[in-house]
Amino acid sequence: MSVSVKRSLAAAAVFLLAGSAALAEEGKIFGLGTVATPEQIAAWDIDIRPDGQGLPNGGGSAEAGEEIYEFQCAFCHGDFGEGIGRYPVLMGGFDSLTAERPEKTVGSYWPYASTVWDYIYRAMPFGNAQSLSVDETYAVTAYVLYLNDIVEYDQVVDQSNLADIEMPNAGGFFVMEGTEFEPYEPCMSNCRETVEILGKARVLDVTPDDGGQAPIE
Amino acid sequence: MTDKTKRGQLSAQTRTIAAQTSASGSRPPSPDRRRFLTGTAAAGAAGLLGSGGALAGNPDNLPPNVPDWSRYLGVGVDANPYGMPVEFESHVVRRNVEWLTATTESSVNFTPIHEMDGFVTPNGLCFERHHGGMAVIAPEDYRLMINGLVDRPLIFTYQDLLRFPPESRFHFLECAANSGMEWRGAQLNGVQYTHGMIHCVYYTGVPLKTLLNEAGIKTSGKWILAEGADSSGMSRSIPLEKALDDCLVAYSQNGERLRAEQGYPVRLVVPGWEGNMWVKWLRRIEVGDKAWYHREETSKYTDLLPDGTARKFTWAMDAKSVITSPSPEKPVLGEGPQVIKGLAWSGHGKIKRVDVSTDGGINWQTAKLHAPVLSKSLTYFTLPWSWNGEEVLLQSRAIDETGYVQPEMAALQEARGVNSIYHNNSVQTWLVNANGAVDNVRLG
Repeated sequence: MSVSVKRSLAAAAVFLLAGSAALAEEGKIFGLGTVATPEQIAAWDIDIRPDGQGLPNGGGSAEAGEEIYEFQCAFCHGDFGEGIGRYPVLMGGFDSLTAERPEKTVGSYWPYASTVWDYIYRAMPFGNAQSLSVDETYAVTAYVLYLNDIVEYDQVVDQSNLADIEMPNAGGFFVMEGTEFEPYEPCMSNCRETVEILGKARVLDVTPDDGGQAPIE
Repeated sequence: MTDKTKRGQLSAQTRTIAAQTSASGSRPPSPDRRRFLTGTAAAGAAGLLGSGGALAGNPDNLPPNVPDWSRYLGVGVDANPYGMPVEFESHVVRRNVEWLTATTESSVNFTPIHEMDGFVTPNGLCFERHHGGMAVIAPEDYRLMINGLVDRPLIFTYQDLLRFPPESRFHFLECAANSGMEWRGAQLNGVQYTHGMIHCVYYTGVPLKTLLNEAGIKTSGKWILAEGADSSGMSRSIPLEKALDDCLVAYSQNGERLRAEQGYPVRLVVPGWEGNMWVKWLRRIEVGDKAWYHREETSKYTDLLPDGTARKFTWAMDAKSVITSPSPEKPVLGEGPQVIKGLAWSGHGKIKRVDVSTDGGINWQTAKLHAPVLSKSLTYFTLPWSWNGEEVLLQSRAIDETGYVQPEMAALQEARGVNSIYHNNSVQTWLVNANGAVDNVRLG
């Protein structure tokens, strides 16, 4: 009898040990990695938020940005932000968001000026990213906003006022509440009376012809 | 010509020469077979029907003859230290659509999902989507920084990451723009192009939660920013709840280290959510109290509606399926028994059921789901079928474990119009023509 009690106590102890090990695993600190220095963080932490968090000291106007834009940006985006070939259009498209073919540009679609600054600083010019100085980035940002009639030509955009710039489509975005389609039990037989073919991709003929799809004739 | 049905008639010398020739790999493949396998001979789909789909091979290799490979030694080990698919499968490659994008550095190609038997994508076939070209980073030059609202901002080396307890899971990655060219009508005549911005591999990595815990999240932390080291500096805001739930900082896919084009040495895995968030060449995680609203979560990856407003933060990929064979690339080669094959997936969990219609949605049958059926993973389905040689309209419809039913395009258009680009998970229709060729069609 005492043996069985001992056994069950031992079993309970093992169970408790296993339990505490599992608890310790959750939230365990491994002590791996090294502390990032302020210099390291400052160099890599380049992100900007709509409220201006992250914006470095500096500033520039469209007037200062025009020449930089022509040299660094116009080759792809065009002299007036009209876009060359399939490169993004930066300018115009106002009131087009409800049109048959919307033109989503910085002016017509982007909700925050901070996004323009952030993207130019981190990823532009295409193929030579992170090459613009802080002041150049303010200036090019100001120029792109100027192309969209959002700032004046000589208006200095800087750390103190960029977050206050109101973009035309700032109120255009929302988070969908709930689900788009509720669950239901789908029909399995005689679900529709007729079937009509409205269009065929083959007729459009925009598919690359090395794709292995079989010709019809 | 040698009568190959007679055994043991070659001299030892002839055998040696034959073996050497074979070992040097100089024997050319059968041109007929190659032509058929690369698909160009599928032009003769109609002609093949008469012969019941039988392929014309080299008669020397067919019964009653004994082919060379049954007589002479094959190539030895180590001929290919890293094995590649056999030459007859060289048509199984990623492909792109040149007119879609301005440059190949900011572009996409497509997984040949019509060639996938099962739910796992081979590493070399996983579609590529770069925004600033493919970065190539030596592991010793790799660093991951965690900063922001944390107690201890940290930098991890690649070796540091390998020392944390790993986790392994299958997950699909689907680009939010998969099927994005099909909103207004049937546009691209190939399932590789209509549905190929998806892959599914077995990831191994460190739970993001483990790394965030290592840095210590301050109570004010509500979001993370994931940022890539490539020249696009890809950056996405992710709610902390998701980061702590099931995200992985992955270094391995399908049992080997990540491919460069998939973010070597380290990428973020965000199960069930749009592929753009799975930041490749992951260099930094910042914890913050608000979203960052960067380019890829404002200008892109938002869903424009007919009234001019746009949905933001539509991260999850809703349930979707597609028949991969028959498909434009996989014509029906003869009347009689066939297997309808396809893939289904949901960003909300497991696939519960897939229904298949052969009459454009009038009647449906439930397909077989092949094990394993995993959460936020591709699921392979098949349905045996017999073709009578008449025109047929094939569709598949996925239902996930939440009860969500894959919608038809009409329902999607009613909810979102035709300009939202992203998150087209509608039912796809293939028309099987009387000659066996298959077309991407839009039904009314």
